[in-house]
Amino acid sequence: MEKLARAHVLICGGTGCSSSGSKEIIPEMRGKLKAKGMEDEIKVVETGCHGLCELGPLVIVYPEGVFYIRVKASDVEEIVENHLIKGRVVDRLLYREPATHATVPDYDDIAFYKKQQRYALVNCGHINPESLEEYIGTDGYEGLAKALSMKPEEVIEEVKKSGLRGRGGGGFPTGTKWQFTRNAVGSKKYVICNADEGDPGAFMDRSVLEGDPHRVLEGMIICGYAVGADEGYIYCRAEYPLAIKRLRGAIGQALESGLLGENILGSGFNFMIHIKEGAGAFVCGEETALIASIEGRRGMPRPRPPFPANSGLWGKPSNINNVETFANVPSIMRDGGDYFASQGTETSKGTKVFALTGKINNTGLAEVPMGITMREIIYDIGGGIPNGKKFKAVQIGGPSGGCLPEQLLDLAVDYESLIRAGAMMGSGGLVVMDETTCMVDVARYFLNFTQDESCGKCTPCREGTKRMLEILNRICEGKGTEEDIPLLESMAQSIKAGSLCALGQTAPNPVLSTLNFFRHEYEAHIRDHKCPAGVCTAFVGYTITEGCRGCGLCKKVCPADAISGEVKAKHIIDPDKCIKCGACQSKCPFKAIEKG
Amino acid sequence: MTIKNLEDLRKIKERAKLSTSARRKSETQVIVGMGTCGIAAGARDVMAAILDEMSRAGVHDVSVMQDGCIGMCQKEPLVDIVRPGEPRVTYGNVKPADVPAIISEHLVNGRIVSGLVVAKV
Repeated sequence: MEKLARAHVLICGGTGCSSSGSKEIIPEMRGKLKAKGMEDEIKVVETGCHGLCELGPLVIVYPEGVFYIRVKASDVEEIVENHLIKGRVVDRLLYREPATHATVPDYDDIAFYKKQQRYALVNCGHINPESLEEYIGTDGYEGLAKALSMKPEEVIEEVKKSGLRGRGGGGFPTGTKWQFTRNAVGSKKYVICNADEGDPGAFMDRSVLEGDPHRVLEGMIICGYAVGADEGYIYCRAEYPLAIKRLRGAIGQALESGLLGENILGSGFNFMIHIKEGAGAFVCGEETALIASIEGRRGMPRPRPPFPANSGLWGKPSNINNVETFANVPSIMRDGGDYFASQGTETSKGTKVFALTGKINNTGLAEVPMGITMREIIYDIGGGIPNGKKFKAVQIGGPSGGCLPEQLLDLAVDYESLIRAGAMMGSGGLVVMDETTCMVDVARYFLNFTQDESCGKCTPCREGTKRMLEILNRICEGKGTEEDIPLLESMAQSIKAGSLCALGQTAPNPVLSTLNFFRHEYEAHIRDHKCPAGVCTAFVGYTITEGCRGCGLCKKVCPADAISGEVKAKHIIDPDKCIKCGACQSKCPFKAIEKG
Repeated sequence: MTIKNLEDLRKIKERAKLSTSARRKSETQVIVGMGTCGIAAGARDVMAAILDEMSRAGVHDVSVMQDGCIGMCQKEPLVDIVRPGEPRVTYGNVKPADVPAIISEHLVNGRIVSGLVVAKV
């Protein structure tokens, strides 16, 4: 008889919280409880990501559901002594709403979670990802059992009925894709899970893999049964060591218990899953490049058709879906496609996980129904912009997407509305920018990324992105000309039209969308030699005003010896020597140094 | 463990639901006073006895919680039983030996153990 534990302490062991110190908290908590003789009374569980990574390490105490943030190993004793022994909540570690600063003890009352609808992430942070039993306890593998009792065609029909579309960015209807692979001629077929998450600021797939690995396996096995495949590959970047470790563990457990391998659940269906670790090239997120990489060749795309559904891995029909897409499948099978289709908008069903980063209070992961507005995501869930700054734009869809300005904040988010607005769903990365962000510099940042990651196979992408980046560098350095804007636009169109794969076809998007919504910033750089946000150092200068008392602090701190002046007399900055580091301004006790 | 069919899966599910039941706040609760007064009077031993008895009797979907001093220090250890739709009953001077009766009679079957009751809210 297992002894009843009256309380469970859930400690986030996701990558975010681990790097902020949860690895020290877990042994500390276990040790302190043991010292009190309470190791059986209170169970410590290491979970996956809760999404509110900004405030980690996160600790949740059940049954009360008290949510503690930024917990350090040195706080553990107080939590044990006060909360776990005496039932007194440790007030100073509670979450505070960014807007009101009011403490919120109860997990379910936190605004960040209230507006979310967790479907793919339902178990993340709530179960021990290394326990098959806990996954089964949340109805895990019931979707598979149900699928195996149906005909493969019926499984595909159910997925079609759900309206699920590819969550990796393309948004292609998942059921239709499965149908293509099912219909393809061949006795050997493959299922591939694309876990090569590469957009800057995107970490939704990592969190699902780390927090609920069995869900992804279950989705893949169901897919294998539906399309007639007996082997699957997960292509996961090696920079996700924890995700890979959890996947390996989950595959081992599934094999041991007969949920993977031969004669799954007595159905006669066989399926095996392998992991292929990728080296982190962005282009390997493109399906044909990914397949080349699994085969041991250099990760480069090839023209389509033939599509992988007909000729994929080792020339065999292959169905490739993203992690989040597979993570939605088990619940669709269990609850039926109609339930999933009842969420979201006319063309985009269900929920989508977004990674919130940049100038936003609640950095983290949020899963929301399709059709929610960007304003709700950024202000209600994300808690708004820090330090009282003004919102400027949000980049959606990573380096392949575009930015949306303030006037589009009330746009209902789905695949189509974002494309119409010049952005795209992408994998769901949201980078929020405030008034101190220069939009030319942002476009340059993303283009620098895609230029760096271009595989070099086709000329428009290899040469074109390089030339566009040179123009952007020129504009940011104050050397832009009137011809640069039309030149950027025409090159962007050529690169979009002429590139071999989606990397090149979408690389100019950040430039086009910033030109569309923030053209005046480009013009200010070129015509007025000004960077309105004060970011591009070529246009920035520091001057000392009449408020100077001649204390000499700025002179001492200047690393370029650019400041001169007598004690108690006004100092001056030599603009030729100044490297625009801003050290003088932050040091001046009289606020007598201006940036402009 | 080998899972051969849906039935095996359901058995594991039931077991997992029990082992994770502490992660759901139940409307049926046992609340032990854990102020300094309660602990001094032996509330920790009473808590241990409650968990032992619940494990032994297979009682689940009940939240076992603590609260602080409510001002009746001379009657500690205090144990409250909350059942949905019924008045909250406080037992006083509870000893570990009293626990099996409180659990099996009141918590499970709804019959108040009258000798130990100090308050009803």
